[in-house]
Amino acid sequence: MIVEFLELFINAGFWAATIRIACPLLLATLGELICERAGVLNLGIEGIMTAGAMVGWTAVYLGADLSSGIICAAFIGAMFGLIHAGFTVHLGASQHVTGIGITLLASSISYFAFRLILPTSTTPPKIQAFEQVSIPFFSDIPFLGPVFFQQTIFTYLAFLTVPIVIWFLNRSPFGLAVKMAGENPMALEAQGIDVLRVRTIAVMLGSSLMAVGGAYLTMSAFNAFYFGMINGRGWIAVALVIFAAWKPERAILGALLFAGLDAYQVRAQQLAGAIVPYQFFLMLPFLLSIAAMVFAAKSTRYPKALLVPFRRGERH
Amino acid sequence: MRLESRESYSPFLSIVAPFAAIIFSLFCAFILLFIAGAPPLESFFHLLKGAFGSPNALAETGARATPLILTGLAAGIAFRAKFWNIGAEGQLYAGALAATFFGTGLIQLPQFLMIPFLFLVGGVAGALVILPLVILRQLYKVDEVVTTLLMNFIILLFVSYLLEGPMKDPMSLGWPQGSPVIDNGVLPQILERTRLHFGFLIAILAALSLWIVLSRTSFGFKIKAVGHNTSATFHAGIPVFRTVLIVACLSGAMAGFAGITETAGLKGYLTLDLSPGFGYTGIAVAMLAALNPIGIIFSALFLAMIYVGADSMSRAVNVPTYLADVVVAITVLSVLVSLILINYKIQIGKLRF
Repeated sequence: MIVEFLELFINAGFWAATIRIACPLLLATLGELICERAGVLNLGIEGIMTAGAMVGWTAVYLGADLSSGIICAAFIGAMFGLIHAGFTVHLGASQHVTGIGITLLASSISYFAFRLILPTSTTPPKIQAFEQVSIPFFSDIPFLGPVFFQQTIFTYLAFLTVPIVIWFLNRSPFGLAVKMAGENPMALEAQGIDVLRVRTIAVMLGSSLMAVGGAYLTMSAFNAFYFGMINGRGWIAVALVIFAAWKPERAILGALLFAGLDAYQVRAQQLAGAIVPYQFFLMLPFLLSIAAMVFAAKSTRYPKALLVPFRRGERH
Repeated sequence: MRLESRESYSPFLSIVAPFAAIIFSLFCAFILLFIAGAPPLESFFHLLKGAFGSPNALAETGARATPLILTGLAAGIAFRAKFWNIGAEGQLYAGALAATFFGTGLIQLPQFLMIPFLFLVGGVAGALVILPLVILRQLYKVDEVVTTLLMNFIILLFVSYLLEGPMKDPMSLGWPQGSPVIDNGVLPQILERTRLHFGFLIAILAALSLWIVLSRTSFGFKIKAVGHNTSATFHAGIPVFRTVLIVACLSGAMAGFAGITETAGLKGYLTLDLSPGFGYTGIAVAMLAALNPIGIIFSALFLAMIYVGADSMSRAVNVPTYLADVVVAITVLSVLVSLILINYKIQIGKLRF
């Protein structure tokens, strides 16, 4: 029995699934990370992912090509990010309540629009989603080929986002301003840079990544939109940002760990389904998220100005 | 755009602001109806008729407001102390689980004891869910927003397991649902042949008691102090940890009560779709009432009207029921703006508000 559970790890299918499942989590975690690095907690994430999933899918369903679908999702994410920033950055409203409000708004509007477009269908129609691309030569390598080189283009794009975000935050002038806005906005202001504008753009960028993460679900992982399909992935991403200590290079680790757990539980369920009810397997990512937050809370240093609104001319 | 503190508090503004928020969100609903191709005015007529048009409709609105008052109180009291409990949904199900565990035959008491007993165990169950999370927050600074949210999913999966396994009603013909609450535990109807039950009065009683606690006792003052500034409160000798702990448990208990009203009052048994997001809507209820317990009764009735009315409206003019959720979400956001308008002047270009 134990051998069977261990054998799951040497199955290429398991590792390929891990990489696939990690993508939406990775994109959402990076998005949240950029927002929080600028000092803004974005709890709109769950709703923004729903909106991205819905808009990306719908665009393709209505005739757009796949890359336009991703762009539409990113755009709608940026718009919700703009609303969030308008409230929290410019008006200084509570980031907690605004975020929950955005989640309620983005998900309800998505469901409303989805029902308007498809009023009656009980079985959701499917689109031609991203297909697996076998990279010549590499995909023939045993084990590593199917795991790394037979994924969809969207998957490669998701993982490519990591070095881009790392470069953006550590090397680009704007990325440095974003980090400064989250650490010491007064110093940024003293350099003559508009803190509010930096934060607004960061939240819009982050939110568009979240939406693209949602779109991955409907355009690459599955090929249809379901109600409640985000299913807490956004909240897990918020926990993952803490677990990653606000560092993008660690986000990839967290996303892979959680995805691995998810891929493993699906397979372990089939082996142990008779003994352990499937609900307990489904609980694992949520329990692990809480555990990860407890584990990380003691050791990490969060952005100093996180949750602190910045008002010109006011001292803190 | 600039924000400027208002020098004086304007009672006029603080009364007008929530109504402005409501009007704005209804205006947005108007636009959405227009986009959906439904006649907006006629749709609104159907909405009002569905919520108020008959004694049965009124009773239905009251029944829907019952859990919303309680989850609204759960959010309201916690938010006052800046404890962001977004887990009322899970705590509601914890209360409902307690009702199913104790109320379906395990304990037999006469009615006048059974009903209070159910509320007691439901409240304790709700508080027990939140207890570890508040301790994690106070000791390790683990953000309670995320933990309470994640807890919702964990509890719902746990309920799903129980309803498909140990707590499944053997008489349910295969549906995953709990056994019915025993007759002595069922909350009596207020109006014959409607779904309005005694829980409505209990919810109002809970709101009144919380109002007294918040506005007339030193504990209410402590909550306010903790919400305003934790470090100053600490130096003033107010026990921050204990206050937050009690507030959080009270908040969880209110949500647990909502689980009791739904299982023992409305449905009679536990199902997985017991709550269509009452826990989350409670946040909107509390915000709309500016966290005031008396106000929460009215804002819960208002949002219940939107939900009940939208159900019959969507049947009449064929608009997705999700419209109600959109209105609720816009209400939360527009109330946030209106609360800022009470405290700050906003200047955009040459315009001043």
